[in-house]
Amino acid sequence: MKLKLNIWRQESATAKGAFKTYTLENLEKDMSFLEMLDVLNEQLVTKGERPVVFDHDCREGICGTCGVMINGRAHGPIGGITTCQLHLRSFNDGDEITVEPFRASTFPIIKDLKINRSAFDRIISAGGYISASTGSAPEANSILITHDVAESAFDSAACIGCGACVATCKNGSAALFTSAKISHLAKLPQGRAEARIRVVKMVEQMDKEGFGHCTNTEACEAECPMGVSVLNIAQMNWEYNKALLLGA
Amino acid sequence: MIKLTLLRKLLMALTGLFLCLFLVIHLLGNLQLFLPKEIAQEQFNAYSQALSGNLFIKVVAIGLYVSILAHAIYAVVITIYNRKSGGKYAVDERKVASPWYSRSMGLLGTVIFVFIVIHFQNFWYYYKFTDMPLDPWGRKDLYSAVVNLFGNVWYVVIYVVSMVAMGYHLLHGVASAVRTLGVYHQKYVRVVNVAGVVYSVVISAGFAIIPIYVYLVQHQERLLTLLQLK
Ligand code: HEM
Ligand code: SF4
Ligand code: FES
Repeated sequence: MKLKLNIWRQESATAKGAFKTYTLENLEKDMSFLEMLDVLNEQLVTKGERPVVFDHDCREGICGTCGVMINGRAHGPIGGITTCQLHLRSFNDGDEITVEPFRASTFPIIKDLKINRSAFDRIISAGGYISASTGSAPEANSILITHDVAESAFDSAACIGCGACVATCKNGSAALFTSAKISHLAKLPQGRAEARIRVVKMVEQMDKEGFGHCTNTEACEAECPMGVSVLNIAQMNWEYNKALLLGA
Repeated sequence: MIKLTLLRKLLMALTGLFLCLFLVIHLLGNLQLFLPKEIAQEQFNAYSQALSGNLFIKVVAIGLYVSILAHAIYAVVITIYNRKSGGKYAVDERKVASPWYSRSMGLLGTVIFVFIVIHFQNFWYYYKFTDMPLDPWGRKDLYSAVVNLFGNVWYVVIYVVSMVAMGYHLLHGVASAVRTLGVYHQKYVRVVNVAGVVYSVVISAGFAIIPIYVYLVQHQERLLTLLQLK
């Protein structure tokens, strides 16, 4: 396969970036997208040029670091996957592919395609946990919970923090990410106790970081690799309104 | 000024839903315009007079003006803020992930706002602040004002186009507002989504048909001749 790549190159957060075009030949259609970038980087290193910086770790869709914008869509043209799960067979021989970092005022670029997602970490630190003392795992049957509730909480917990929701949202809103954690914990007996104070603190932090207003376009759900539902946002709003009325 | 994003959203949702409730009452009142002229003129003018003299209505009306202004002001605040926080891409195909009207609420709202200004000038200002002609029963003849205005095809066009914009605004707005209030159970969300679509279509079509109907009735002779049906 032959591909023409337009890749965003930027030296630092403050430097001005620009697209650079590269042509790769003899690619295997079963290569993953990141393997294709590896091939490109090997060629660049051989030529003595600086390789393209991109985030990646697990390469199996669980760490959430590899997100980039591919031809104008988060994680590329296929729904429900991360960039590392995308393969060249999703493209045609001779295609031109534009690769940009996830963009939002809250996600500063570190270099090339690598962005700083620490704002997400600070939202979680603000309250995305339960403050019970840790210790060895308690007897499982001492807290009763139905299968459906456990499954539903697990669906919310599936968020891998990739940032595709923010990158896809025209408003750069982090509502899906933040609400996933809020409703994950609110659905479980252990997390329920602190639900109100948690939602207030996490939403406050989300605003402090400068994420936009959620306008319920639901684009986030459509592009989320883990299929996290927008109903988590509804539950976040519910918990928030409850905290407003009843106090945190 | 409200600082928190969720509080701003809550304000948008509450004012928006209040306006939605008002639209139902407004449409029901306007249905009198479908009556034959002899009945409609007296009944509609009596209705208008009763409304403008009623204290309860006056209080609600103030709530209405405040809602429209607060809704529009915060719409601008939110839209500007979101423009800054959202990313821009050289190649952008994000539109496949959401319907166009959900991304165009500011634009649709602006069309509605311009319409509201025209609409207030057409009827509200004319009724309240001018010495308009009286009907045979001695009441301000709002009915004839409506008929005269919608004799002009351009006003019919302005009103119908605005109602289409409002229809799309509501198509996203109703479901969005209820989401902001926090309805999250799948069962109720489905009910709300269907109800939102039905509401939007019925309300905007209902308002849009009135100018068309009033235009057609007074031009029916001419139109029929034009179509050579007579
Ligand atoms: C008849 C008049 C109107 C009605 C019934 C109405 C109704 C609504 C409703 C129900 C919402 C949803 C609130 C939410 O998302 O939480 C909404 C949102 C919105 N409205 Fe209106 N509205 C009206 C007029 C206007 C006007 C005049 C403007 C602008 C000048 C405007 C701009 C907006 C914007 C920007 C949003 C929010 C965006 C979003 O959530 O995507 N609306 N409106
Ligand atoms: S909600 Fe989905 S898109 Fe957003 S950060 Fe989590 S996994 Fe990524
Ligand atoms: S590299 Fe871990 S999710 Fe893609």
